[in-house]
Amino acid sequence: MSSVSAVSEHGAAPVLSLAGISKSFPGVRALHDVGLELYPGQVTALVGENGAGKSTIVKILTGIYQPDAGTIRVDGQETRFPSAAAASLAGVTAIHQETVLFDELTVAENIYLGHAPRTRWGLIDWRAMREGAKTLLERIGSDLDPEVRLRDLGIASKHLVAIARALSIDARVVIMDEPTAALSHKEIHELYALIERLKAEGKAILFISHKFDEIFRIADRWTVFRDGQLVGAGLMRDVREAQLVRMMVGRQVDQIFPQREPTAGPPVLTVAGYNHPTEFADISFTLHRGEILGFYGLVGAGRSEVMQALFGLTKPSKGACRIGDRVVVIRSTAEAIQNGIVYVPEDRGRQGAVKGLPIFQNITLPSLAKTSRRGFLRLAEEFKLARAYTERLDLRATSLDQDVGLLSGGNQQKVVIAKWLATRPRVIILDEPTKGIDIGSKAAVHDFMAELAAEGLAVIMVSSEIP
Amino acid sequence: MTQLAKSREALLALAIVVMTGLIALRFPDFVTPSNLVGTFNDTSPLIILALGEMVVILTKSIDLSVAANLALCGMVAAMMNEAGLPLPLIILAAIMLGAVVGAINGLLVWKLDIPSIVVTLGTMTITRGVIFLISGGAWINDHQMSELFKGFPRMSLIGLPVMSWIAIAVVVLLGVIVGRTALGRACFAVGGNPHAAVYTGIDVGRTQFLAFTLSGALAGLTGYLWIARYAVAYVDIANGFELDVVAACVIGGISIAGGIGSVSGAVLGALFFGIIKNALPVIGISPFWQMAISGTAILIAVAVNAREGRRAGRVILRTAETRS
Amino acid sequence: MTSPTVVQRQIPDRLNSPLSRALRSWEALLVLVVIAIFIINSFASPYFLDPWNLSDATYNFTEVGMIAFPMAMLIIAGEIDLSVASIIALSSTAMGYAMAQGAPVPVLVLIGIAVGLACGAFNAMLVTRMGLPSIVVTIGTMSLFRGISYIILGDQAYTGYPASFAYFGQGYIWWVFTFELLLFVLLAGAFHVLLHRTSFGRMVYAIGNNPTAALFSGIRVARVKAILFLLTGVMSGVAAVCLTSRLGSTRPSIALGWELQAVTMVVLGGTNILGGSGTIPGVVLAALVMGLVTFGFGLLNVPGIVMSIFIGLLLIGVIALPRLWSRLQARRS
Repeated sequence: MSSVSAVSEHGAAPVLSLAGISKSFPGVRALHDVGLELYPGQVTALVGENGAGKSTIVKILTGIYQPDAGTIRVDGQETRFPSAAAASLAGVTAIHQETVLFDELTVAENIYLGHAPRTRWGLIDWRAMREGAKTLLERIGSDLDPEVRLRDLGIASKHLVAIARALSIDARVVIMDEPTAALSHKEIHELYALIERLKAEGKAILFISHKFDEIFRIADRWTVFRDGQLVGAGLMRDVREAQLVRMMVGRQVDQIFPQREPTAGPPVLTVAGYNHPTEFADISFTLHRGEILGFYGLVGAGRSEVMQALFGLTKPSKGACRIGDRVVVIRSTAEAIQNGIVYVPEDRGRQGAVKGLPIFQNITLPSLAKTSRRGFLRLAEEFKLARAYTERLDLRATSLDQDVGLLSGGNQQKVVIAKWLATRPRVIILDEPTKGIDIGSKAAVHDFMAELAAEGLAVIMVSSEIP
Repeated sequence: MTQLAKSREALLALAIVVMTGLIALRFPDFVTPSNLVGTFNDTSPLIILALGEMVVILTKSIDLSVAANLALCGMVAAMMNEAGLPLPLIILAAIMLGAVVGAINGLLVWKLDIPSIVVTLGTMTITRGVIFLISGGAWINDHQMSELFKGFPRMSLIGLPVMSWIAIAVVVLLGVIVGRTALGRACFAVGGNPHAAVYTGIDVGRTQFLAFTLSGALAGLTGYLWIARYAVAYVDIANGFELDVVAACVIGGISIAGGIGSVSGAVLGALFFGIIKNALPVIGISPFWQMAISGTAILIAVAVNAREGRRAGRVILRTAETRS
Repeated sequence: MTSPTVVQRQIPDRLNSPLSRALRSWEALLVLVVIAIFIINSFASPYFLDPWNLSDATYNFTEVGMIAFPMAMLIIAGEIDLSVASIIALSSTAMGYAMAQGAPVPVLVLIGIAVGLACGAFNAMLVTRMGLPSIVVTIGTMSLFRGISYIILGDQAYTGYPASFAYFGQGYIWWVFTFELLLFVLLAGAFHVLLHRTSFGRMVYAIGNNPTAALFSGIRVARVKAILFLLTGVMSGVAAVCLTSRLGSTRPSIALGWELQAVTMVVLGGTNILGGSGTIPGVVLAALVMGLVTFGFGLLNVPGIVMSIFIGLLLIGVIALPRLWSRLQARRS
């Protein structure tokens, strides 16, 4: 493993350094004795699997969490960030989906909220704010109107606003937490250009991403966390992707995709001429038994919307759908499930798992008609059904009565998949099943898909990542 | 300051003008200057309370205790007057007491994370009970109040009663607080996106606490004005008025989900309500209709607001980019 | 550290037995509170243990309790209905109007329940069809429903209900046991089964914990919520029949403030005001607590409005104390 060098190759000292940071939550040790150093004018990539402690370190850096132990140094001076305001004052700012998103406020105010220019009466100086915003936006090569409300902007423009905000507080450390997650190809390249500009201005950038192509393109240094611990850190030019992957997962991952023989059977689902007023047009395809159909497209291309129409969440304005040789109209999720179509949503936390309910109740939720008799619950049946599918998916839980919210993300995903398999579907749609999950789990998901298809299930897989 | 907000408030203003015009067609007396001044004056308490409520609603909360708070502060003001204390002290005490009640609401919301609707439903009944305890259930009537105490809000100043001027001053003050201070902008941020507000260094709970305190202080001020104006104080004064206040806000386009609203909206909402109230006796409808009308107004306004929100947002169910 | 296990592991169904869970529940605490209040009351007043007095005391909670059951389900599902007391007023007014037209008793009862159902349907339509927040909608209908009563009655009242109508609110089944108490017990049983033993009840919990995921699991969320609003309306109508029968008159101010009492009862019963958890036995116990305390205060001649201080404090205290407690625990560790 590489060692953490205290001084960069240029001899420059780190702007910000963390040492011996630990943080625990009831029952979980999120971080244990980790360190991190950020250098001016350089991009440091932070990589690690889900649950490695990346978001915890971001929250410590931005003053949301307080570490249980360890030191934070800014310019070598030991300091503390007791609040978000303190971190901001020290010049640390984070850019991700949650940072600067006040849809009802204008661009200018989003940039200046919390540190707006004042008149000599102590009141907010709107004119100075607008002018300042304009200047900042021009500095990053944007001609956004400071008067526009944020909700009228796309995600890429919101990123620009977030970056302008970082400049406005004269940030020296900019944390980018999966900034490319929802961007188009073109927008990602514009973001790269911006990062170059920030580097040129001497900002230290912490870049968190799962995508290795990005990391190798823009990062100067790397740091790997695994299970809340520091595995290693060093210069990008000294490392290869396979090494990083090995450090991340702690083992060799040769193949993400299993090889399989295509054995397609008769058509299960036929979609003809699906249209939607705004989201998609003229979608037609046929899905066969035992087939895995990949739907590739970037965010915003309408792929999730097509799937949600199949699942009865939105209504196509035109088009027909056939299950086997029967024409069906799917008006609700309940009807989709009756027709054997199930959907593993992209947003697991919000649309997938019902946190607060125990595992077995999550699994039997769409199958209550089967496990109950005349509307009355039969708990024994529910446990039986839940046991059958959780064991097959190798779920890690203390009991079937455990709250789903207490499980890790990957295990929650298993509960969601088990819930659908328990309905004995004919078509299973997986919307970005590997999004935000690490390489190790990705391989497991792909294996499992192949297994399902081999058993005769038709699988639709939606993804923005080409294997 | 955006197009949509402008058009919404313009629409409401237009509705008020058209409504007044229609009433004037049949009952020209309604639009005489003296009657309009009277209507505005009668609406002043609603305007002041609606502005306080607006700030609370902006922070994703609701204050159902304003009317009870008003009654408590009014009763205390009347009792202080009976004890012969000077008027400035009485007014100051009413405002302070109101602020304290508001601060208690705010503390419960801030420090204990209790939903504001529960907190203020509770403090609403507790406050009414406290009025009973301190007054022994007795009324304080006209003849028990000093001339200055009763007369101050009714004093005429350049054609308007003092109460109206106070309302105007509160409108200006709130305009400055909401539009030009860090606290005011923080209210929008807290209601619009509490998560982001935390990252921006804004303390969500503290902002809500200050909003409740402000709302309470305004309720205290209104308490004195109300008691003095109607020259009577008792336990059940302004009972149910909190619903009118919420109605005025909702009509004024303040989103109950927080983060959206404006001072002009709240004022116009209150005026809309005040004009209907004052017009009812003029056009010969029993005052017993008032409650049903305010209910209907709330429902229509909420429905309209929701429709507008939907049009602005995307209709289709979209998977939000949330992070696990 | 985490080597992949090859062996299929058995995941146990449950770690804690339902009994041990019940003993540590909020409901167990409420049982102790009920016993404590009972003992304190019997020492505080010699009149407390008289069976007829106790029988009278049940009126303090039976009617509010009837609304609290469906209200608990609504709150568990993440909604609320603040218009219940106004539904009672409108429903009672409608019965009074029908009575004045000479309608017989069975028709009065039907009208009372039907008006409740209609009001519930109106709330349901606004909340589930138009997607409006139930807090604001029911603040609006709270004003509207009672407002209609005021339009019809003004400062008048309907009196002179037929003698046989009095049975619902004043009649006895056997010895000291009133018709209302029997109804309350039957309804408690019915709602217990509905919430805890049927798939409908399970859906209510799922919706309260995560409405989006419930929808994505094929649950007809809007329909379930609509049924809950209808149930609340119907139960408000039933409560209106009992209350009107007991009072023998209808004024527009009837049942004023009962929405607060019902919500307090639900919250005191351990239901999370933000939805997702709560039980019917908890509500029953909360009804007993509130009824016994009110009765005790009454015996000590404490005026009604002071009692409202107590109810307000109870509402806030019940939510605040556990939070304060857990905060103190966290600080200590």
